[in-house]
Amino acid sequence: MDLSWMAWTWPTALFFIAIFTMIAGMGVWEYAVPGGSPRVGVLRFETTRGDRLFISLLGAAFIHLAWLGFTDMELWWATVISVVYAVAVFRFV
Amino acid sequence: MTTDASTLPRTGAETKTRPVTIGAVRSSQRSRYTWLVPTLYIIFLLLPIYWLVNMSFKTTQEILSVFSLWPQNFTVQNYVVILTDPSWYNGYINSMTYVALNTVISVSVALPAAYAFSRYRFLGDKHLFFWLLTNRMAPPAVFVLPFFQLYSGFGLIDTHIAVAIAHCLFNVPLAVWILEGFMSGVPKEIDETAYIDGYSFPKFFVKIFMPLIASGIGVAAFFCFMFSWVELLIARTLTTTDAKPIAATMTRTVSASGLDWGVLAAAGVLTIIPGALVIWFVRNYIAKGFALGRV
Amino acid sequence: MDKTWNNKAWFMVLPVLVLVAFSAVIPLMTVVNYSVQDTFGNNEFFWAGTEWFKETLTSDRFHQALWRNLMFSAIILAIEIPLGIAIALTMPKKGIGVPVCLVLMALPLLIPWNVVGTIWQVFGRVDIGLLGRSVTALGIDYNYTQDPIDAWVTVILMDVWHWTSLVVLLCYAGLVSIPDAYYQAARIDGASKWSVFRHIQLPKMQRVLLIAVLLRFMDSFMIYTEPFVVTGGGPGNSTTFLSIDLVKMAVGQFDLGPAAAMSIIYFLIILLLSWVFYTVMTQAGEERR
Repeated sequence: MDLSWMAWTWPTALFFIAIFTMIAGMGVWEYAVPGGSPRVGVLRFETTRGDRLFISLLGAAFIHLAWLGFTDMELWWATVISVVYAVAVFRFV
Repeated sequence: MTTDASTLPRTGAETKTRPVTIGAVRSSQRSRYTWLVPTLYIIFLLLPIYWLVNMSFKTTQEILSVFSLWPQNFTVQNYVVILTDPSWYNGYINSMTYVALNTVISVSVALPAAYAFSRYRFLGDKHLFFWLLTNRMAPPAVFVLPFFQLYSGFGLIDTHIAVAIAHCLFNVPLAVWILEGFMSGVPKEIDETAYIDGYSFPKFFVKIFMPLIASGIGVAAFFCFMFSWVELLIARTLTTTDAKPIAATMTRTVSASGLDWGVLAAAGVLTIIPGALVIWFVRNYIAKGFALGRV
Repeated sequence: MDKTWNNKAWFMVLPVLVLVAFSAVIPLMTVVNYSVQDTFGNNEFFWAGTEWFKETLTSDRFHQALWRNLMFSAIILAIEIPLGIAIALTMPKKGIGVPVCLVLMALPLLIPWNVVGTIWQVFGRVDIGLLGRSVTALGIDYNYTQDPIDAWVTVILMDVWHWTSLVVLLCYAGLVSIPDAYYQAARIDGASKWSVFRHIQLPKMQRVLLIAVLLRFMDSFMIYTEPFVVTGGGPGNSTTFLSIDLVKMAVGQFDLGPAAAMSIIYFLIILLLSWVFYTVMTQAGEERR
């Protein structure tokens, strides 16, 4: 089967490997400590750690887009902000 | 939607206090002219459809030359054209084929999945359920770009099965959500009793459970049918000639210079018929189906 | 309902997972791959980094399509939701009128989307359409193929025609679930019509209304077929919504890179909205228990 039409590149491949590793990691974590440690955070509804990962990733995507759309600076700064944001989400949401 | 038909599964306890004297209470409150609002609305709904039907019984020449509210020279010639010209009626056969394939695939894979979602908790269940929803919500335009390459890669372009599988993108999630809504209305005690009585899971599922949610299966099948039938973008992208759906055949006629309005109208009327035929049977479930089983 | 914890349920979900992964995950990964590259055909790709994203996010074309789409969604919500509530409240609650209303109102929902387009394309034409002809006869200059405002009016009228029934049916489902005792209590208290609506009917409809608003927003945000058939995105670009623009770029001009970048931005917006939808729906479900 010819897969050249998918046009894989190393950066995108690494990106997806990272995403799938995170999801797999979440599965392992859930298996080790079941229940997903639900709690009611600043959003005022119950979230599990899976929800928190989703909010972090989606937020990171929008932070990167906003950075590209509104500034001309290096994209790495957006990544730094995203990490800070993700830590905050896991801490407070 | 009537009380007994659809809200019963979810709110079984609530509906025991059925409205008994609702008419008497309401009639004193509502004014005499309230019927006007739904009536006017229905007239508004029916006018464009009437216009299409009206046109389909006229010749194209009459459509373009005389403006009349009903056909002056009543003709069924437009329907004859469609039913005798292979390039037209093959469109219907192609659409029917992939729609039927898609409905069978979607409902049969969705049944066990919906059962799992309605009866069990498992690793990542809520996220999986959400992920299915995103596929129902995602715009087909986003997927059109790689779909052509994907199905070319498997040599499936211009086949019915390609469209059927591609439509699973939104129909499988739809079927899972609708069926889950119906299955959650069936008390769990029924499952447990059946297992105690010595039923195996497959036997229980086919003999006891499926008859209980028969209406749910019907509704899910209907909505898979409907959404596959109304979709144009993906079907058009994945087909060229052999599996070309009727919807694409119609757009081709629209873009041609010499428009045959009469035939176009007749083709449109013929695509409305399948929906109109089954509408009576699903009338109590339409809201539930469109709301992904969440009413 | 108490659910049993059972990880074997995964095997029941597996077929769905494989099927949807094939038609959703592989294409999405491909779109991501395209979005960071440039191509001139022949499966030759060149690394472009985040260039397409930057271009899309700062391009007027994208901003305008997004803005048009948001405007469209806002307008149809502002019309369809109040209209739908009003019709649901005035619908008969028993007798032969109920099934007749349900069937007739559901009719537009079941018409193929391109035929909905065709119906309104014909209906609105000034030479052969009932609407176009009547409006012109009233002395109003109307031509949806020439005038952007007329095109917008036609597309919005079409969407109201097509989808208001969904809001009606959902609200009606909420209304018939109100126990009669509520109305009796209200009558004893001598409550006005407005306070019955405000304190009994509206709270009971809240959940279905949320679903209606979210569904209508999502579907109007990805609308393609109907306006495409009626106006083809024109006159000019005045009715080119996001999906129409995307297909134009991807299929018409074969600009894979920019189209892929736009797809991803579009998809992320949808993902965010879906998440809101899901959260709201499950929270409302929790509160009911």
